Amino acid sequence: MRAYLSRRYRISASHRLHANVFTEDRNREVYGKCNNPHGHGHNYVIEVTVGGPVNAETGMVCNLGDLDAWVRKVVVDRFDHTNLNLDPLFQDRVPTTENLSIEVYRLLAAAFDKAEVVRVRVEETSNNSFEYPIHTPFAAGYRPMS
Amino acid sequence: MILLTRKAEFSASHYYWNEAWSAEENARVFGKCANKNGHGHNYTLEVTVAGEIDATSGFVVDLKQLKGVMEREVVAVYDHRHLNKEVPEFAKAIPTTENIAVAVWNRLDGKIPGARLHRVRVYEMPDLFADYYGEP
Repeated sequence: MRAYLSRRYRISASHRLHANVFTEDRNREVYGKCNNPHGHGHNYVIEVTVGGPVNAETGMVCNLGDLDAWVRKVVVDRFDHTNLNLDPLFQDRVPTTENLSIEVYRLLAAAFDKAEVVRVRVEETSNNSFEYPIHTPFAAGYRPMS
Repeated sequence: MILLTRKAEFSASHYYWNEAWSAEENARVFGKCANKNGHGHNYTLEVTVAGEIDATSGFVVDLKQLKGVMEREVVAVYDHRHLNKEVPEFAKAIPTTENIAVAVWNRLDGKIPGARLHRVRVYEMPDLFADYYGEP
């Protein structure tokens, strides 16, 4: 039985949305107050979903301690209480939450060997959230409507 | 096709223990969840069904019937119970959030009039939940 486990983590970080290829005016037009030169910050919620067979001995897809340690090491310790624009990953890309979701997914999925990281969902505020990749977990169990 | 989700809540106690392991191994793998005196959670259950909208009623499912099935099949059995000791499917399977999601699926599948079960999501806490889509 393949199931999915999701856990929510929190980071607080600052960023400024600014594309080097745009003029100053164009940056202000596109990003509005997010282009404020001094940056601003958010309390991000990072929801990580892992998938895999439910282990018959433990009843678990993944030991939470292993997942917590991995997310802390690879994501929380890297980004929490930092300026995202200064991270090497955001030297050539704007630290929008779209890009943050993709980079967090790549960091987490790259080398975790306890379960498959299938999705990352980042809430920038309680009203905005972003998901990557789009999760289609129905491959085996999905029964299309007749 | 459209999806509809209904929530329900239940409160229950449980512990994690594998009889095939030593006490030390249980403590190492399950940590404080291995305390055999048990502990409890307020669980939130989200049941998502899929179907077509009925042209006459405008419903994908009769909500009253869905609520009734969830109440009868799950909440009445799990609420204010010790999952390990009082719910048959956890006599052997450890009542992890993952296994609860699978068990709820098995309790509901095929019993919802007019709609197909799409997803069972069980929140153990607001920051931790398991999803089961009926995948083998």
